[in-house]
Amino acid sequence: MGGVLLRGFGWRHAGRRAWAVRGVDLRVEAGERVLLLGPSGAGKSTVLSALAGLLPEDSGEQEGTVEIDGLDPRKGRERVGIVFQDPETQLVMARCGDDVAFGLENRGVPADEIWPRVDEALHRVGFPYPRDRHTAALSGGEQQRLALAGALALRPALLLLDEPTANLDPAGAELVRHAVAGALDTDTTLILVEHRVAEALPLVDRVVVLEPGGGVRADGAPEAVFAAHGAALAAEGVWVPGHPIAPRPATAGPGELLLTADRLGLPPRLGSTDLAVRAGEALAVRGPNGAGKSTLALLLGGLLRPGSGRVTASTGLAGADHRTPPHRWRAPALTRRIGSVFQDPEHQFVTSTVFDELALGPRRTGQPEAAVKETVTGLLDRLRLARLAAANPYTLSGGEARRLSVATALATAPRLLICDEPTFGQDRRTWRELVDLFADLRDAGHGVVTVTHDADFVAALADRTVTLHRAPDDHR
Amino acid sequence: MISIEPVAAPDAPLARRNPIAKVAAALVFSFTLLATLDPVAPAIAIALELAVLPLFGIRYRVLARRAWPLLLSAAGILVTLVLFAADRSGRVLLDAGPVLVTTGVLLTALGLVLRVFAVALPGVIVFATTDPTDLADALIQNAKAPARFAIGALAAFRLVPLLGQEWQMISMARRARGVDAGRNPVAKLRLFASTAFALLVGAIRRGTRLAVAMDARGFDAGTPRTVARQQHFTRADSLLIAGAAVLAAATLTTSVALGTFRPLIG
Repeated sequence: MGGVLLRGFGWRHAGRRAWAVRGVDLRVEAGERVLLLGPSGAGKSTVLSALAGLLPEDSGEQEGTVEIDGLDPRKGRERVGIVFQDPETQLVMARCGDDVAFGLENRGVPADEIWPRVDEALHRVGFPYPRDRHTAALSGGEQQRLALAGALALRPALLLLDEPTANLDPAGAELVRHAVAGALDTDTTLILVEHRVAEALPLVDRVVVLEPGGGVRADGAPEAVFAAHGAALAAEGVWVPGHPIAPRPATAGPGELLLTADRLGLPPRLGSTDLAVRAGEALAVRGPNGAGKSTLALLLGGLLRPGSGRVTASTGLAGADHRTPPHRWRAPALTRRIGSVFQDPEHQFVTSTVFDELALGPRRTGQPEAAVKETVTGLLDRLRLARLAAANPYTLSGGEARRLSVATALATAPRLLICDEPTFGQDRRTWRELVDLFADLRDAGHGVVTVTHDADFVAALADRTVTLHRAPDDHR
Repeated sequence: MISIEPVAAPDAPLARRNPIAKVAAALVFSFTLLATLDPVAPAIAIALELAVLPLFGIRYRVLARRAWPLLLSAAGILVTLVLFAADRSGRVLLDAGPVLVTTGVLLTALGLVLRVFAVALPGVIVFATTDPTDLADALIQNAKAPARFAIGALAAFRLVPLLGQEWQMISMARRARGVDAGRNPVAKLRLFASTAFALLVGAIRRGTRLAVAMDARGFDAGTPRTVARQQHFTRADSLLIAGAAVLAAATLTTSVALGTFRPLIG
């Protein structure tokens, strides 16, 4: 049970001109473990949605057939379980046990079987808390474990995982992979979409690569697929193991002081922290979840009022304004001096086209329209966004949205750039572009501060690392 | 911070009652009180409500903290009536130009404040002692509400506390982009509207994702649902509703007997 057969499968979402996926022929036998790969835009998530029966017939146009054990997935839904990327939007109930029971209730499982099956599913994913634990009190990794338990409790013959660790820090991601590895029994079929290939490989025995233009490019054992297609896939953005990215150390030493944090804190989110940020230096801020890294980024960016201590700008950064702390600067002055890039790019979008989005900052700071146009065109070219100039920012892919959010911060040419997890969930190509972009900025005399869990990014870019520690007792 | 957790001891004799019974009892009690305009009936009702509070396992201090919006509205009523009341009869207590405070004004204000409290307190008590999940369960099992509605509302409700954080994030992101309103009230209003719009867009996208995830777990797929958590509607629950009706009737009767009863209609 759990065999999958796709014949000439294609899907075009209603109202779109391009096919999301097309011409896919694929047979997966029951019990196989498959990693589904492909460059961004190859239609991996669409294939998973089709297999989960989540593409209603009236929501688009289909070519070919999809079958699970000979059935249309829309009719064989009870055979399939799926776990999505975002933990926040797949938990339904307030208590953990109730959430796992939710699917069982929907499927009409007899009441006296529900709780034993909930307990079994929680046990299988190694869930450490009792059933009445609140779902809001869980970390991201724990929430994804719970979502996995919710899928497994339904005893699916086919388990689909759509980048279940993309929104998690490394510790959380490890927690989820561990749970997947321990929870699967031998006759459950697994299809996994994940672009961090090295971490996913222990879970799979077969790799299928989708071709962006349509069809299947490669299919087989991981070693064979990567030997033949590894270099091409790496160039297209897939994180193929064994293709390291060259680091970009600084070409010169650090320059003048830009920003100083003295005993800066915001209890209970951030304990007292001292820090100096210099021009021509890439500074990485690391530390476990809950240590206050994002809070520090917001404080340094002049977006939050400090609870204790202070942030001081140098005359080099703020001129005569250096006596005023950044959080009291007017927004146009702030954006000329310090650029902030948020973890979720969509928080930052204000206008309805990519062009206007980039033009917003320069216009707010009073640049003439000719200069605005020149700045915007330059950034569009540099960040491969030119063909998207008229697109709505909310319709961009993850990588495009990230590049746009960085570009908007650069549009006002601030001396200091502060980024919160800029590489989260990014493919290898965008990742490499971000390293190069930040390295170029640094070598041109800008200060770059990145808050990040990404050890590879730190190794490739950072000249200096500051590690925050969790300080729950630091309430002054 | 909006607290959505029950604040009561969960095993108190009346807190344990079926959520539907509690809601029904509160509605019966509050609606009966609306029939009169006099201050005596609500005063008796408040005394009764406070007297049964320990049976719901709520401590008075906790209730005071929960009910602060009520105190605020009481102050509002008082100020409004002192400034604008048409009936300025009775003994003059304070004469400060346009503000003329008389015993008549104070009595009317007191009556209104008591009414607001008497009518709202049962609702506050019910929601302070009821877990949202239990309420949704009881709505489906005892009131035969569609699961699509009750569970859907419950799932959406869980996302509400996120909106506050989201609002703060969007506001900060806008400031980082060079967008602020300064002291210009028109710009402030526009910024507020555009932030609210961004929040709405985000909420809809999140809601859509949640709906797909619920769909994937077979929600509302046509299969008859079973229930993991049984809610029982027992004799004690019927008695709670009957008790509320009896107490409300007694309150009105007392008011009539004392001659203070002023019907809402007629």
